[in-house]
Amino acid sequence: MPGLSDLYQEILLEHNSKPKNFFVVEGHTHHKEGFNPLCGDRIQLYVTLKNDLITEVGFQGSGCAISRASTSMMTESVKGKSLEQINIIFDEVRKMLTEPGSDLNADILGDLEMLSGVTEYPVRIKCAILSWHTLKSLIDSSTDKVSTE
Amino acid sequence: MMKDVEKVGKKLVSDIRQDFPILQEVVNGHRLVYLDNGATTQKPISVIDAISEYYRQYNSNIHRGVHTLSQLATDRYELARNKVKNFINAQNDEEIIFVRGTTEGINLVAQSYARNRLKKGDEVIISTMEHHSNIVPWQMVCEQTQSILKIIPIDENGVLLMDDYEALLSDKTKIVSIVHQSNTLGTINPVKQIAKLAHDAGAIVLVDGAQSAPHLSIDVQDIDCDFFAFSGHKVCGPTGVGILYGKQHILEEMPPYQGGGDMIRSVSFEKTTYNDLPYKFEAGTPNIAGGIGLGVAIDYLTNLGMENIALHEKNILSYAKESLRNMSGIRIIGDAEEYGGVLSFVMDAAHPHDIGTILDSEGVAIRTGHHCTQPLMDRFDIPATARASVSFYNTKDDVDKFLVAVDRVSELFG
Repeated sequence: MPGLSDLYQEILLEHNSKPKNFFVVEGHTHHKEGFNPLCGDRIQLYVTLKNDLITEVGFQGSGCAISRASTSMMTESVKGKSLEQINIIFDEVRKMLTEPGSDLNADILGDLEMLSGVTEYPVRIKCAILSWHTLKSLIDSSTDKVSTE
Repeated sequence: MMKDVEKVGKKLVSDIRQDFPILQEVVNGHRLVYLDNGATTQKPISVIDAISEYYRQYNSNIHRGVHTLSQLATDRYELARNKVKNFINAQNDEEIIFVRGTTEGINLVAQSYARNRLKKGDEVIISTMEHHSNIVPWQMVCEQTQSILKIIPIDENGVLLMDDYEALLSDKTKIVSIVHQSNTLGTINPVKQIAKLAHDAGAIVLVDGAQSAPHLSIDVQDIDCDFFAFSGHKVCGPTGVGILYGKQHILEEMPPYQGGGDMIRSVSFEKTTYNDLPYKFEAGTPNIAGGIGLGVAIDYLTNLGMENIALHEKNILSYAKESLRNMSGIRIIGDAEEYGGVLSFVMDAAHPHDIGTILDSEGVAIRTGHHCTQPLMDRFDIPATARASVSFYNTKDDVDKFLVAVDRVSELFG
């Protein structure tokens, strides 16, 4: 079994203690709640969408280090990107987290690749993917609650 | 330094541990430190053997067969019922209903007793510290009957506010359903007093004993509860079997919960007559191996003595509690004077799920999350807790390994 240090890498711990974009976006055009009923992780995601471009993104909520850091890193990676680009990143993240061993595109993932350690801890994958499902759902529809169940 | 010799009654804990094969397992390179007994307890070899023996030597259906194996299986199954009767000091075997677990026991009472009696505007009382299994069945039946669910509040330490409870009681109160020992806080509720007050108001009382039966000596006649439910797998028995105790005269007045085989006396398309207690509530082939295994688990606990078990567990748990209290950045959730079984806590630095993962990497198994008590989490304004829960086979050494692992969390998360 790989050590804990593969899961709790320094950068991840930093994103946990000092999350990026941890605020309510003023004048946001979209809001979505992500909730994992299994563990109680809950995030509020706020996005300003202009001409298919995410110009501003922020979040609030409580959760474990994995979910918090994953959300923080996600906001950094999607800010300023088009919905088309975001869908490509989403597919790559989903592949990384749910299909271990598949070929990953490091250029697309960048820092996000650090989350791959979570695949060794199957019960924690949901923590890492919650924010991405929330964003995906925000983009795809306008219903108000997302679940990883 | 010489190590304390830990005993449950006269038996060494080190010897007790030899009776539990799983405690010899290695997890993530460490000796297993199992502190998730509130979720389920481990099984002694006698229980594992009894289940295996049933399937190897006399597997057959009960109550109907004329052949030898069926008779043997029936005898052993009914003997288990008798052991349960003695374990909780019921008056007679007919009051002991085999169910799947505590959850099914409560649902049986909600649907068979409450649904037929509750009228619009009647009230059911539960408390803030209930497990979802003692909330949702009542919500369902209240919706079906247009009755009202009332909640007894608790204080900061996780203790029931008894004055508020008394104020909630009225002639509208028909049922009080209360947890004996909280699975999240460890609080032991004064169920005897609660039952007395409920009876004075004309209500009946169900006690959820899922967490008390493994740790306390239970006397349903002394408590004077009308129903008592507990699960086999939390008292060192197998999963999928549990007990609903009910006072005989109340059970007799209740209609069957499910229809099928075993619960009938005779069936024709014109009229079916129901079987006597307890079979009226036991439709279909039951968990025979589970029931027999539960009987053997009760033998094991009874041989150790429930008072001895309670004493040793209290030592272990208070040692863990005081040690945690002395660590910085940790808050203990639930601090009742009367408590047992579990120790819930949160850390400033780390979320319970991270605590759970890090402890697991050290071979220490605890539970993290809301423990199926979401309203209680809301009461304390926390999303989750980390929970260590003990059994009689745990040792101070287990607690020490747990504490070292908690230290590791602090190191990592700083």
